[in-house]
Amino acid sequence: MSAAASPSTATSRPATRSGSRPKRHYGTHIFLTAMAVMWLIPLIWAVFTALRPIASTNEHGYFSLAGDFNLDNFIQAWSQGGFAKYLWNSVIICVPAVLLVLFFASMMAFAVSRVSWKFNITLLIMFTAGNLLPPQVLAAPLFEMAKHLQVPYSFSDSGNMLNTYIIVIAVNMAFQMGFCTFVLSNYMKALSADLTEAALVDGAGIWRQYREIIMPLCRPAFAALATLEVIFIYNDFFWPLLFIQSGDRLPVTTAINNLQGEFLNNYNLLAAGAVITVIPTLIVYLLLQRQFVAGLTLGSSKG
Amino acid sequence: MSATARDLVPPESRAPSGAPAKRVRSGKVRRLSRRDKVVLSLMVGLPTLIQLVFIWLPTVMSVGLSFTRWNGLALTDIRPAGADNYQYISQDYPPFWPAIQHNMLWLAFLALVATPLGLLLAVLLDQQIRGSRIYQSIFFTPVMLSLALIGIIWQLFYQRDNGLLNFLLGTSGTPQAVDWFGDSSVNIWAAMIAATWRHAGYVMLLYLAGLKGVDPSLKEAAAIDGANAVQTFFRVVFPAMRPINIVIVVITIIESLRAFDVVYVINRGTNGLELLSALVIQNLVGEGQVIGVGSALAVVLLVISLVPIVFYLSRTFGKENRS
Repeated sequence: MSAAASPSTATSRPATRSGSRPKRHYGTHIFLTAMAVMWLIPLIWAVFTALRPIASTNEHGYFSLAGDFNLDNFIQAWSQGGFAKYLWNSVIICVPAVLLVLFFASMMAFAVSRVSWKFNITLLIMFTAGNLLPPQVLAAPLFEMAKHLQVPYSFSDSGNMLNTYIIVIAVNMAFQMGFCTFVLSNYMKALSADLTEAALVDGAGIWRQYREIIMPLCRPAFAALATLEVIFIYNDFFWPLLFIQSGDRLPVTTAINNLQGEFLNNYNLLAAGAVITVIPTLIVYLLLQRQFVAGLTLGSSKG
Repeated sequence: MSATARDLVPPESRAPSGAPAKRVRSGKVRRLSRRDKVVLSLMVGLPTLIQLVFIWLPTVMSVGLSFTRWNGLALTDIRPAGADNYQYISQDYPPFWPAIQHNMLWLAFLALVATPLGLLLAVLLDQQIRGSRIYQSIFFTPVMLSLALIGIIWQLFYQRDNGLLNFLLGTSGTPQAVDWFGDSSVNIWAAMIAATWRHAGYVMLLYLAGLKGVDPSLKEAAAIDGANAVQTFFRVVFPAMRPINIVIVVITIIESLRAFDVVYVINRGTNGLELLSALVIQNLVGEGQVIGVGSALAVVLLVISLVPIVFYLSRTFGKENRS
């Protein structure tokens, strides 16, 4: 957690070091610009390809500025590629998963950080370690558990938990919980003990201490974690791949892999799909940049 | 990117204070009412149950299944197999050793190329240079993308006939054109470069936070003692960032073990891109469904991952246990 205590990224620091030799910066700028260009090329290439209709690339080739530029590929990906549906599937998985993660993690973090009892550290270690495991280690048993858990057909058309959103949400939630608990418990530990002591004297029970005193003080941490978790779970490729078999139920991050086969030889459409998939993350990032970056540095324990 | 971790540290803890004052007083448990105890046990019990059922039970079951032979159909078909699966993967399963090598290569590449690159970017951007925020935003962009999507985006760049890279190299359309993701002699390198694209930005971000935390007077003192910039960095600044360095070491190791999405998107982890994590999945979802073999591979992956995990946990929680 040491990263959290270290103040601030970037440029906000006053110019204490502006006296350092400015002449050295030319080389730095050349290097950084070269790197930045290399960094942007794959992205720009994807956008460029996506903006050109397949007809004009067939006519002029991929490496040409000739021909039309329009949004046809995006429209086609949206309507025929099913991106509207995939994005909605992502929402169905993301929103409950993030809310549940934060709910359970905040309770657990409260219990281990604000009440001292024997197994605090043991539990916290168990939670943190769980988050660091490679997901593939758990894949076989989780898959078989989902497959062998019989449920009524009215609940799931596969007769078991495979192919349901619930299992994807539950596993995502469990997997992310360790990280959130770790971050929140560190945050809560740093809050003064007097806050809850005073409430205790006033006769407030544990639930009131949690709900009315600690939770409101943790708002900044929640904002950062929620932003981070939305992106993590939106970007999750593996769990839907494991559990969901019908292509039309996949969230967008996993679905785009299938489109690679479907859009064979129409790289323009594939590029448009990739760009559409980036857009939600980009929106979240632009709106909640502070929270996102703060979350990453705050949780630099993250594996 | 003016976001600050400082915003997220509660006000009380900002002051440079002695840590013990903040510790929650013990003995509090005794003052809990019966109702509080019920509430508290639910608050602990529910998340712990979820964690046990979805994380630790499957981990233990992976270990158990690795000593069995099973096709994944009826539970009654599970047969004990001793160490057969381990013997099989180490002796008769061709992709196993390449996968171990690729995982190690992946780790070495992240550790020797991606991480130092991220550190270098952070150090350069930490100076007061113009446009620092723009550079940061650019290097940071891939960190937001999923590795699966990164595989797709680089596929567009790496393709043999219509990819930009071959065009820039002037080989596009000629017999010399390389299929960067398809050719088994180069595709692991191509995939690692795509992974670096993301990893370096992440490392940069963490080190930028770390560099801000280094006391400037340390640098001044080193400068007065006649150290040049390079000496100051390696002898003073870098060691002062020890906590972040540990985090970065752990992240780098774990990311290299988790590398899965990008190779799975390219070719499901075959033909030069074998990785342990991909082999696990191939054995679970393939035609054979050899759960025992897949689990044995998962256990190998688990044992290797436990090294950085235990290292990290002992660093993080060791301190608290002592005090």
